[in-house]
Amino acid sequence: MKWPAIGYVRARSLDDLWEAQRTHGAAAQVLAGGQTLLATLAFRLSEPGVLVDITRIPELRGVALRDGVLRIGALTRHAELGRDPLIARHAPLIAAAVPYIAHPAIRNRGTIGGSLAYADPAAELPACAVALDATLHLLSARGERRVKAEGFFTGLLSTLLEPGEIIAAVELPPASPAQRSAILEVSRRSGDYAMAGIAAVLELDAAGQVASPRLTFFGVGDRPVLATRANAALAGRVLDAAAIAAAAEALEGDLDPPADLHGPPEMKRHLARVLLRRALAQFLPAREKAA
Amino acid sequence: MNEITPASIGLSREDLPNSYIGRSVPRPNAAKLVQGRATYTDDVVLPRMLHAAFLRSPHAHARILSIETAGALATPGVVRVFTGRDIAAVCDPWVAVLDHLKGMKSAPQYPLPLERATWQGEPVVAVVAESRAAAEDGVAALRVEWEPLPAQTDMETALAPGAVVIHPELGDNLVFTRTAAAGDVEAAFAKAHKVVEATFVTARHTGVTLEPRSIIADYNRADGTLTVHHSTQAPHMMQGVFAKHLRLREADVRVICKDVGGSFGIKVHVYPDEVAVAAIARIMGRPIKFVADRFESFQSDIHARDHRIKARIAVDANGRILGFDVDDLTGIGPYSVYPRTSAIEGNQVVNLCGGPYDFQHYRCTTRVVLQNKTPTCQYRAVGHPIATAVTEGLVDMAAEALGMDPIAFRRLNLIRDDAYPRSSPSGMRFEGLSHHASLDKLLEMVPVERIRADQSAQRARGVYRGLGFASFIELTNPSPFMYGIGGARISAQDGATVRMDPDGSVVVASGVTEQGQGTEAILAQIVAHGVGVPVERVKVVTGDTQNTPYGGGTWACRGAGIGGEAALQSALALRAQILEVAGAMLQARPETLDVAMGEVVDRASGTPRLSLAELGRIVYFRGDTLPKDLARELVQTRHFITKEYPFAFTNGIQACWAEVDVETGMVKVLEHWCVEDCGRVINPLLVDEQVRGGIVQGLGGALYEHCVYDAEGNLLTTTMADYLVPMSAEMPDIHVGHVETPTRESLLGAKGAGEAGTAGAPAALMNAINDALRPFGARVTEQPFTPARILRALGRI
Repeated sequence: MKWPAIGYVRARSLDDLWEAQRTHGAAAQVLAGGQTLLATLAFRLSEPGVLVDITRIPELRGVALRDGVLRIGALTRHAELGRDPLIARHAPLIAAAVPYIAHPAIRNRGTIGGSLAYADPAAELPACAVALDATLHLLSARGERRVKAEGFFTGLLSTLLEPGEIIAAVELPPASPAQRSAILEVSRRSGDYAMAGIAAVLELDAAGQVASPRLTFFGVGDRPVLATRANAALAGRVLDAAAIAAAAEALEGDLDPPADLHGPPEMKRHLARVLLRRALAQFLPAREKAA
Repeated sequence: MNEITPASIGLSREDLPNSYIGRSVPRPNAAKLVQGRATYTDDVVLPRMLHAAFLRSPHAHARILSIETAGALATPGVVRVFTGRDIAAVCDPWVAVLDHLKGMKSAPQYPLPLERATWQGEPVVAVVAESRAAAEDGVAALRVEWEPLPAQTDMETALAPGAVVIHPELGDNLVFTRTAAAGDVEAAFAKAHKVVEATFVTARHTGVTLEPRSIIADYNRADGTLTVHHSTQAPHMMQGVFAKHLRLREADVRVICKDVGGSFGIKVHVYPDEVAVAAIARIMGRPIKFVADRFESFQSDIHARDHRIKARIAVDANGRILGFDVDDLTGIGPYSVYPRTSAIEGNQVVNLCGGPYDFQHYRCTTRVVLQNKTPTCQYRAVGHPIATAVTEGLVDMAAEALGMDPIAFRRLNLIRDDAYPRSSPSGMRFEGLSHHASLDKLLEMVPVERIRADQSAQRARGVYRGLGFASFIELTNPSPFMYGIGGARISAQDGATVRMDPDGSVVVASGVTEQGQGTEAILAQIVAHGVGVPVERVKVVTGDTQNTPYGGGTWACRGAGIGGEAALQSALALRAQILEVAGAMLQARPETLDVAMGEVVDRASGTPRLSLAELGRIVYFRGDTLPKDLARELVQTRHFITKEYPFAFTNGIQACWAEVDVETGMVKVLEHWCVEDCGRVINPLLVDEQVRGGIVQGLGGALYEHCVYDAEGNLLTTTMADYLVPMSAEMPDIHVGHVETPTRESLLGAKGAGEAGTAGAPAALMNAINDALRPFGARVTEQPFTPARILRALGRI
């Protein structure tokens, strides 16, 4: 498992990157945290001509709250997501997701942009981006555009990214005081990809009524699955045992999971229902939980 | 003879500071390992060295129509390409059978196949290049034309009409079958009060050593010698294998094995890619290095434990076990693995089922069949976890059927501690075991009442926990009855040479080997104890066929019991020789003297008389001052082999406390206990860690590890992300206790300790899970106990 002979270019600016892409064309492969790419090189699953290291490009770094938007630079490492005070306050779901992402060594190198661009359907961050209704800021030599995370993932390891295009940042509406969020997953061992997982986001008003539910599942499809029917079953209802049961039942129509090494589709369906119940139970008022 | 007392080995006081046997002496090589200063095979770099990489079969079964090498040869850095025929020109194939396994058959295996590939991952073409990366470039440029053939992957149909007969010349896929029978099983089961039966499945595992298989072979045309740096458990065995199959004299082959990063049985076998490397070195006259990468390790390291066992137990109305009736089927891949063979694991199942218990009627059949998957062979605790899962699974089910407490049922049926020596219904001979003492000790450690109370309280809250037990026996210190009588050149004896150098320091050279488990630590302890020097004055040499006495190496838990005894005897002989010289120098009778902490002392008073350094100075540089007829060879060699018993059986019992999430099927092991009896404990710290490591490997097999194939024979678990090994986060606190029943075959009294944990852990966990699931009437018997299987047993999916 040795890499093929390969070129390396360090881009210090976006212009460097566009220049490298012009020079090397399709042979250029962007390198950020490298936590997926380097393994595929060792397996010789891909043989790019040149790696273009984007980790020194300043525009892709940093976390900031500006004009009512939380902007997370694509190069923000998983470990940084977990300890950033702005993220803890305005996107607590992402902070809560970090301990589930692989192991510390990987979290120290892997980036949010890399995770979203790779689009593993069992990964946590794509599901969080969908659940939080994130907007992805995309850049290329041709210009920029913004797309919703919900439409960004187009299939197994597939996204809307065009050749030469990169994710520059993830933009999120800051969490409102009414927002409740939770992430839960079932994996064989800590750090493994989830057999099934849920990133749950909704708003609860003082009366316990649900607004804007965005239950999003991972590890149960070819991309993060926004559970439209389950969300519809919750919207506008007071969150109680009956509402949770209704959402769990509606979930059936949202999922069409594949089999994997760990079990058949019906196991993933079952686990998704269990996770839905457990996640929503966390949002119940204390008296409901006791009951 | 068996007690280590001052009288028995002539120590003046048992609590001498150098009385190391039985103490937790830190490992002398630990600092080297953690500082990265070890010498693994891959750390060895030789002049003119080339690197090999292999093209491996992408098919489970395929005919090789053509091999086009031009592209590889044109790749920068590539020096040469070898096909099966190139290698066969200098290397003879092997057939892995043992004479004492009656009727066993297997096909000749070449380092690289001549006509057909028979498992996915089989090495087919070797590319030799200036670097491993260039060799892989060359492999990528090879063009092989394949004719895919139907693959026999399911062991259940391997003997059925219509099966793909993998080697037509063998007639069928049956490698070996054996039935052991005692008493009258049919009658006993017919009249039994209860008969309980179940089908058990143990999953295909592999060993996943931290250091992968590694070899450098260097043939020197100038003197006709082959030097092999090899990550192996058995250097002398490999010396013989390389000599025989490369048509060299054994004396012209030297195998050097410095540090090894774990073996677990994986590195005691002959691998075709490694023999191919030796053959290439023989042809090219240059050193060739091959280090398996993780990807190819999963396809080419031996697998193990692929068994399906249908079994039943009969009990009488008083709760006494009447008998076991067991039918074992195992698939071993397309070849029996050389030279230990792949029939031993099934044979062990036959030998070991029911082992801890007192019963009369026994029938156990194993059938060992071929299939187009990676070959299987001996892996840590060979057959033990399988036999223990079957036995202990049935024991718990029988206790439940009788409405008996599983502890009471075991107490009633375990062989009494005063019933030895005795033989088991399968013909195993036990010198002395301690099942009841071990159970008593376990119950001192496991708070059963508190656990049962917690279990009830938690169930009321919807939390399901279970407590499981597993008694076991373990086969250690093997005699030639294991392999030698079958014609294999696998040594059951082992030797040690202990010498004193001029500065009074001591060097021991041993035929047993260090795999990271601490062999060198116990050898140093034993020799320091035996000679009478501080342990830091003992240097240990292992892993070099040219510089150590001939021995079998590390396998079947023999390092401490066999190699340790040889070291003790040679150390005592050296001390006697030192005292004879000291007596002459001090004008004293040797029996009035002793050696303590590197000094000759007066035996009665302990008063220092002479340092070993001074004695060394006189012997080596002023021998003229000693009496002319005084023997002064400060070097002694002793060899040891067991003679009374074919194997030194050990025993023990484990308990496991686990929680099952009945909604997700996830299992959390809360706590685990093991009491085991390995005879004399030489180093409690090392034994405890061996037991803990073994338990973790056992729990890993029971929960996670599985070499998964699809129906076409494609291996699906080829990375550490798919083949799940146990990780520290999931492992429980493990408590270890000991009962010591030393073997009387040796002065040291040590038996093996390395496999006890693995032998019992899966069964204890299975019983804990099933205890947790009892309120639901659900039960799992198919390993690994995955969430899917548990949810299915619960009827939730």
